Amino acid sequence: MKLPVYDVLIVGAGIVGAACAAACAAEGLSVGIAEAEIIGGGATAAGMGHLVVMDDSEAQFALTRYSQTLWQRLAPELPPDVEYEGCGTIWVAADADEMRAVTEKKQFYESRGVPAEILDARALHQAEPNLRAGLPGGLLVPQDAVIYAPCAARFLVEQAQSGGAQLHLPRVVTEIAPDGVRLNDGTSIVAQSIVIAAGTWSAKLLPGIEVRKRKGHLVITDRYPGFVRHQLVELGYLKSAHSLTSDSVAFNIQPRKTGQMLLGSSRQFDKESALIDHGILRRMIARAEEFIPGLGGLSAIRTWTGFRAATPDKLPLIGPMPGYENLFLAAGHEGLGITTSLGTARLLVDQLLQRAPGIPAAPYLPGRVYENVHA
Amino acid sequence: MTSRRASFDTLVVGAGPAGIAAACCAAESGARVGVLDNNPRAGGQIWRGHERSDASPDARRWFGKFTAAKIDFLPSTEVIDQLENGRLIVQSIDASSIDEVRELTYKNLILSTGARELFLPFPGWTLPNVMGAGGLQALVKCGLPIGGKKVIVAGSGPLLLAVAAHLREHGADVRLIAEQAPWHRVARFGMSLAFEKTKLAQAFAIRRQLSGVPYKTSCWPLRANGEEKLESVTLRTGDRTWQEPCDYLACGFHLVPNTELPALLRCDLRAGFVRVDQSQRTSIPNIFAAGELTSIGGVDLSILEGQIAGYGASGQSARAAQLAPQKRRLDRFAALLRETFSLRDELRSLADAETVVCRCEDVTVSRIRHHLSWRASKLHTRCGMGPCQGRICGPATEFLLGWKLDSIRPPIFAASLQSLAVAAAARTEEDLMLNEESR
Amino acid sequence: MPDVISITVNGASITVPLGTTALAAILSTGASSVRRSVSGAPRGPLCGMGVCFECRATVNHRPHSRTCETLCAPGMDIRTGDHVND
Repeated sequence: MKLPVYDVLIVGAGIVGAACAAACAAEGLSVGIAEAEIIGGGATAAGMGHLVVMDDSEAQFALTRYSQTLWQRLAPELPPDVEYEGCGTIWVAADADEMRAVTEKKQFYESRGVPAEILDARALHQAEPNLRAGLPGGLLVPQDAVIYAPCAARFLVEQAQSGGAQLHLPRVVTEIAPDGVRLNDGTSIVAQSIVIAAGTWSAKLLPGIEVRKRKGHLVITDRYPGFVRHQLVELGYLKSAHSLTSDSVAFNIQPRKTGQMLLGSSRQFDKESALIDHGILRRMIARAEEFIPGLGGLSAIRTWTGFRAATPDKLPLIGPMPGYENLFLAAGHEGLGITTSLGTARLLVDQLLQRAPGIPAAPYLPGRVYENVHA
Repeated sequence: MTSRRASFDTLVVGAGPAGIAAACCAAESGARVGVLDNNPRAGGQIWRGHERSDASPDARRWFGKFTAAKIDFLPSTEVIDQLENGRLIVQSIDASSIDEVRELTYKNLILSTGARELFLPFPGWTLPNVMGAGGLQALVKCGLPIGGKKVIVAGSGPLLLAVAAHLREHGADVRLIAEQAPWHRVARFGMSLAFEKTKLAQAFAIRRQLSGVPYKTSCWPLRANGEEKLESVTLRTGDRTWQEPCDYLACGFHLVPNTELPALLRCDLRAGFVRVDQSQRTSIPNIFAAGELTSIGGVDLSILEGQIAGYGASGQSARAAQLAPQKRRLDRFAALLRETFSLRDELRSLADAETVVCRCEDVTVSRIRHHLSWRASKLHTRCGMGPCQGRICGPATEFLLGWKLDSIRPPIFAASLQSLAVAAAARTEEDLMLNEESR
Repeated sequence: MPDVISITVNGASITVPLGTTALAAILSTGASSVRRSVSGAPRGPLCGMGVCFECRATVNHRPHSRTCETLCAPGMDIRTGDHVND
């Protein structure tokens, strides 16, 4: 039995797939979405929903900056349950070395049009009274924001649907075929182009690509409105994101609109189990307590883990897969999937329609890594 | 400084009838036995306050044994997580030692965490003074004055009668007991009690205590009315609907087992209960379960299962085997309970679109009902994301919509971040002491 | 050992029998609600056994304490939903 023919079939309705579906539908393409379980599940559900501009590399900065602008434009349309909150990020310096890095970071951002403000010790304390005394300061990036990603994914799917997109849920894609995909119920979906936006499941569908699971831990507290006002990230966060081998934690805390505090972050490779790793959890909480001594007294109501989809060069795979006529990737966003979902969608659509992309697409092309993995 | 780690041969979680019986029997072997409970005193729900006031002969006998035996009782203590098989992390909820954590190690574990009431949403059920039936009884036992107050007891199960009798004893004006089960089932249940001498005696005693109080079957609440608190309840039986003024509505629709800890420990569940063999052993060889966790069967079955588990966990299998035949009779009673008080379909339509289902997050029925699963609803509406972690709305949505609940994550009960961190560091007692000193 | 102890509920001093829970103490002042729901509705206890979390109040400056599980102790300071910042 065959189902309708689409211009584009998106595999996966996490936030990246949802954004791609919305962007394609907005261009008048006929869109199908195949989702195995839940809209906004997977890493979208597990993560923090931080909309952040990151300067780890020029390419990462370009994509996050581009995406942040798109989120800002979209913000007024977002329904209340997306909980868009323009609380900004403060990158916290723990010592004089990191304070020097703060100055460099500010220059990097401002020279590229991203407002950033250096906070000295006093200003930092005023901005966040619960941070410990003795921190030299930090960098405030006021245009960063926070959203509740599962509902954002749902909003984007609804946008796609009002543009004519059809949702196939629950449907598990088992195989990529020349003309579309095969599903686990024996049926097929025919499509001109296929986009794999399946996060950590992408490598199952396309065994040649390298998208590894990078496990993270999170804790959510009961409601303490105003305890923290901005997303707080330690400057050492990037060191943690860098390490390709060892387990690491970094201080990262987010105020939710509900007044709950969402605490992260940790990174581990080669862990298949979703169970809580007590050692990592302890280190993560202990690290956070070094910045916020009063944190220990907050009531935690749940802990969980999630798997980021990580690529070897830390940049996502966005674009056509070499060796295939009609297969595209939109996966491997590691910890930046929520932020870069909108930018990814735009780059993808530009490539589908073969028009000039909004930012240079080369750094994210699968072709940068893969030549021809078609078996 | 009190020791931060305690080791037991047999550790019992929950000090209701099953846990008390289990601990007493395990202690007969000379094993080192510990029991923990989140209440300041042993007794669980059904024997709450029995060490002070009038107690049933059974309760008096078992409390006597419990006090006399060499058992470490840890009151106001809750399990929050497991480090690995044999090592539990518990927290104190007593105000003087709030948030303090300890590690408890065990060779054998007996889970007797009992049951909680099933709450079904209906318009007005979130008004103050609408409580569970056991809930109001617990409050009265803990000091709430109920004398002269008008109370309606509603929902389902033998608990309603016990609660009504107790409230009346304390001076409440019990206006009505509304049982949703139909008369023919309740009557058959009542007659089956005639074959049990002690149960019959209890039934007559309760009947005496409740003389003059209407007991209506096929009767249930439609809505709770009031502004800032409860003022009246609208009830229905057959095609008759009427409004009854009252101060309290004590309403619970029978019981569901507290399976969060067994689930965290990866014990197999079957039909929502912990699966055990004839020796009360779970799918994990050194973990046993007894009482309402294995099936809702009343206090006699709980005590028997507790004894079997207590003997089994402490290597006294001959004594455990001797008790096994008695289980058959009591298992029949559990089956009868299940049939008698099963919930009617009309209860699925009590809630309207604007009725709150998730009380922690104020999520209404209209927002959740089109979702395909508990998990989808939780992610998209926050239903089940609050502090109770689905203990109240989970069983309700399972009844209303057929959803199966999500997987359990630690902490089992809300715990401070510091507790989570200290707990996770507990490799050795020295670790615990070092962590404290460096703070 | 005294049979009654002295505690404060929302700034007012009261005496309660030993063995009273913080929740019963709150309710004995005539209040029927202990907290406000996330959308502001008054809420009182439901389960009486520590699983519903509707009875949360600030006890000895610790927010979100389950009062049905907390025995009153001399000098205990209890503040319910609308009085946390007094």
